[in-house]
Amino acid sequence: MAVVETRNLTKVFKQGELGAVNDVSLATEEGEFLVFLGPSGSGKTTLLRMIAGLETPTSGEILIGGQVVNHLSPRERRIAMVFQSYALYPHLTVYKNIAFPLKAQNVPKDQHDKKVQWAAGLLGIGRLLDRKPRELSGGERQRVALARAIVREPAVFLLDEPLSNLDAKLRASAREELEQFQTRVGTTTIYVTHDQVEAMAMGDRVVVMDRGRVRQIGTPADVYDEPADTFVATFLGSPPMNLVSAGGTITGFRPEHFLPARAVAIPDSVPMRLAFSHEEYLGAERILYGRLADGPCAGAKVVSRIASTHAGVFAKDTTYDFAVEKRHLKLFDEATGIRNR
Amino acid sequence: MSAGAKREERWLAPAMFLPAVFYILALVGIPLVLAVLYAFSDARIGTTGLHFVGLENFRSILQSPGFHKAIRNSIVFTLSAQVIVIVCSNILATALEEPFRGRGLVRFLILLPWVAPVSLGTIGWKWILDSIYSVITWVLVALHVYKPYSTPMWLGEPHLAMASVVLVHCWRLIPFSTVIMLAGRSAIPKEIPEAAAIDGAGFWRTLFQIKIPMMTPILSVAVLFGIIFTFTDMTVVYILTAGGPFDSTQTLPSLAFATGIAGSDLAAGAAISLFLVPVLIAVAYFMLRVANRSEVA
Repeated sequence: MAVVETRNLTKVFKQGELGAVNDVSLATEEGEFLVFLGPSGSGKTTLLRMIAGLETPTSGEILIGGQVVNHLSPRERRIAMVFQSYALYPHLTVYKNIAFPLKAQNVPKDQHDKKVQWAAGLLGIGRLLDRKPRELSGGERQRVALARAIVREPAVFLLDEPLSNLDAKLRASAREELEQFQTRVGTTTIYVTHDQVEAMAMGDRVVVMDRGRVRQIGTPADVYDEPADTFVATFLGSPPMNLVSAGGTITGFRPEHFLPARAVAIPDSVPMRLAFSHEEYLGAERILYGRLADGPCAGAKVVSRIASTHAGVFAKDTTYDFAVEKRHLKLFDEATGIRNR
Repeated sequence: MSAGAKREERWLAPAMFLPAVFYILALVGIPLVLAVLYAFSDARIGTTGLHFVGLENFRSILQSPGFHKAIRNSIVFTLSAQVIVIVCSNILATALEEPFRGRGLVRFLILLPWVAPVSLGTIGWKWILDSIYSVITWVLVALHVYKPYSTPMWLGEPHLAMASVVLVHCWRLIPFSTVIMLAGRSAIPKEIPEAAAIDGAGFWRTLFQIKIPMMTPILSVAVLFGIIFTFTDMTVVYILTAGGPFDSTQTLPSLAFATGIAGSDLAAGAAISLFLVPVLIAVAYFMLRVANRSEVA
């Protein structure tokens, strides 16, 4: 039985306008880490807020534990949510912040201390219990928010971009911690982010969204290697997939598969010629920019990504032999953008 | 920069704030000094000489039963008005927070009593509460709550008169307090009540354990301003009841006016009004503390 399920869920904020969420049907699996990934305005946060009970759907159903919960208030849904801003109660100490859900749900008083200590211990914030939120660093606040979420052992965790307020260095370590934390507690988690690295690194499955619609649901490898349409192909990956069109078909190939001809296995590859224009050196890798020199797609802009250990030297306005292995070519319909094969 | 320009700049700042200093000295400083001076003298309206009499004025005031009554009334009046104002303005602010059709108009109408001059509004209330022409009485008679020949005298019976004065004050202060509360509420990030809802808190728990505690700084500003406005005000009392009946609505400011100006005993009036000072100093102290604390936070 799915922990969280949505059926044809739609949210229209202004009548007559396109919905913020359109006809979304998906289901989580028990204990999984599901990521909603999309650019800003794709509807991922609205979808999460509907599951939480903070927004009322215009149509469609939300099920938690097999029961329709559309008419239930957030408190009756047995969910916990961590907000982007953490939304800690600024006038309460860390202890009272964590104990608040217990008080609000009338958990017997004699259990409070044990549960708060357990949650604080799980997140390593035992020494911060007497502090006020304003005396904490960003990373500590995030842990307090997580402790407040876990303390009453919810059926589902909803996390709305919880790492986006941390600086880049902290974000990487917090990401790893959060992932291990979720594995340890095993609670089904829905995580909203616009950061594809977070989505790929943490998600068991990724739901790629754009303009209120689900474009693809799959494991990180699925959505990256087998994109369902050109939106997914270009949204994931940095730099994005090269797309060149000819004869009603768009051909896509990732920059890391578009390599100097000598580096590609010869028998099953498609040769192309690159008119090189410039290069970015990124330390671990090199990004080569240029256009296809001949063939049906001549003139199309393409990008190649090679390891910086590659010794080749490229000169401006010179043409080089490149190639892509056949199995790395993805074909899309030019009119709809949908994958052919 | 030339020496001339520098010299000009040195005089510019004092020249800019001189009008403010002059204004405060003339309208606040001199009357305050005069009040202190008069309180220790035998000044009366019409006499020319001033004689220093020490604490004589204070001694006789403290012995007068009218003064004790006025202090009691002032406290009852200020506290009851504040409690009613805070409760009502909180309810109003809650109602006005959610968007609905015509909210702008309702907000404007609610603010009107504060914008209207005190004396005009109070004269209106004097008619509404009049012993013969009162519309309230008329409505109550029409609803058969009272018989036509035994109607309440809103301003003529001690307890009713006090209640009337308090209610008119509330009518005046609620809009002001509501605006402050609305500002305080909009300063609470939207996620905080949402987080409380997800944590399982209902309306009352969110209000009393989350929203009101978070609004404490701005709430105390509203209370402290309210105390100053009611404690020092004499317009409402003077127009509605002039302190009557039987001094039942006499407050410190109205007693000071009745004694010092109407009764022409300037010295005694000044001494009475000096009794406002400790309360006002305490309020000012708390206000500065609140302001200071919210700056630090």
